[in-house]
Amino acid sequence: MSSGTPMPSDGTTVLGAPEIARALTRIAHEILERNKGGDDLVLLGIPTRGLPLARRLAQRLADVEPALDADTLVGELDITMYRDDLHRHPTRTIGTTTLPSDGIDDKIVVLVDDVLYSGRTIRAALDAIKDLGRPRAVQLAALVDRGHRELPIRPDYVGKNLPTSTSERVQVRLAEIDGDDAVTISQPGAQEVAW
Amino acid sequence: MKHLLSAADLDRASAVHVLDTAAEMAATQAREIKKLPTLRGRTVVNLFFEDSTRTRISFETAAKRLSADVINFSAKGSSVSKGESLKDTALTLQAMGADGIVVRHHSSGAPHLLATAGWVDASVVNAGDGTHQHPTQALLDAFTIRRHLAGRGAAGAGASLDARSGVGHDLTGLHVAVVGDVLHSRVARSNVQLLTTLGARVTLVAPPTLVPVGVEAWPCAVSYDLDATLDEAPDAVMMLRVQRERMSAAGGGFFPSPLEYSRLFGLDARRLAALPGHAIVMHPGPMNRGLEISAEAADSVRSVIVEQVANGVAVRMAVLYLTLATKES
Repeated sequence: MSSGTPMPSDGTTVLGAPEIARALTRIAHEILERNKGGDDLVLLGIPTRGLPLARRLAQRLADVEPALDADTLVGELDITMYRDDLHRHPTRTIGTTTLPSDGIDDKIVVLVDDVLYSGRTIRAALDAIKDLGRPRAVQLAALVDRGHRELPIRPDYVGKNLPTSTSERVQVRLAEIDGDDAVTISQPGAQEVAW
Repeated sequence: MKHLLSAADLDRASAVHVLDTAAEMAATQAREIKKLPTLRGRTVVNLFFEDSTRTRISFETAAKRLSADVINFSAKGSSVSKGESLKDTALTLQAMGADGIVVRHHSSGAPHLLATAGWVDASVVNAGDGTHQHPTQALLDAFTIRRHLAGRGAAGAGASLDARSGVGHDLTGLHVAVVGDVLHSRVARSNVQLLTTLGARVTLVAPPTLVPVGVEAWPCAVSYDLDATLDEAPDAVMMLRVQRERMSAAGGGFFPSPLEYSRLFGLDARRLAALPGHAIVMHPGPMNRGLEISAEAADSVRSVIVEQVANGVAVRMAVLYLTLATKES
């Protein structure tokens, strides 16, 4: 859980399942507090791991405010076609974008992603949102903020601030995709991709 | 994928990948803002040595929806008509910095030459060459068939359709009849290859004079009797355009009269009624109403001919994305 010290290359677990659960519960309460309830909220998960996080957050919001329906709160926002580095990488598979049936016009959109790093994913997500409608406000929730921003973007809700060096690799594992919940940090030789 | 020259370039997995990408592109086309920034700064040249307004417009729309810059180059009225060679045209486009070249040519193999001769760095997409290939047409036909029929079984039509219907599926178990002038049709050639790659069974139906030599080597069945093929209850019937100039003796005399062709190989109300309930009617356009297809069949609820045009834009967006988004050095 410390920062600044070199991590062993096999990966150190910095958040386990209970810590992730507590962080999401706290973020859910912060979202409700800041927005004075859950009216007009839309949670847009950024694939791959932002989506299950958005679903879990929606469930917690519905647990606190029974008037909310977790299923109708969540959308999926694929940003592949809005990336500014498409020409630098092998062709990426385009994912799905689905919005709640009411759309996002005049809603408060909370973008949900697993790791916040350079900010370029969020920049692309903001461009994508602009083409989909006009929300009243856009907020950002990230499970892990590892720093090294390359754009003037900051999160509204953070699960864990994790100061890292750029050579370190932060990996979020979620039960829905990877079989278990964990955030690990490791130091591979390979350079981390800036997204 | 650097180029798309032939339906044979695609194996089953990559064909399904192109169709899945097209489905996501189609989903974006239902939005109020249809334009995506994906190919901003890229230049696509539509190099058309042969007239084809609808294919050119389809590619132009697709490129513009992805924010690429589009240059239309028609051979008519250009220096090509004064005798400039394909090579010199290619060198000109290379000098102008074209990233993608969509080429339609009356000679079979011209796109292949353009892609492999080393004249240009650009990605080359075949938009129809001679009587050889028209891969994006085959992809849009496969996309349309999959959207209506894949994954729902032979009797399963009627469920609500959206742009993503059939995503992830191939065409295993489906039977497609391709009817008409197979001899001159690059659409038929490309479709036989791609639909078979995707697992469908294809039957070509044509008068013996309009069946190419060597068709035995194609992975499909050949029939000279449309009614017998319709008795097999195909899931999709694809009518091919008959060129009017080929009907007379001067045009080759491929069949005695339009009336006879229409009676033997035209899709009319009676044959339409004989189709299974879920079957769809397709045509690459432009149609000769009253010749290969009756107005009733063309306008029936089974007809997906207009939808094919819309799907063409989504499929071409997918092809341009997959060939152009990554610039391989």
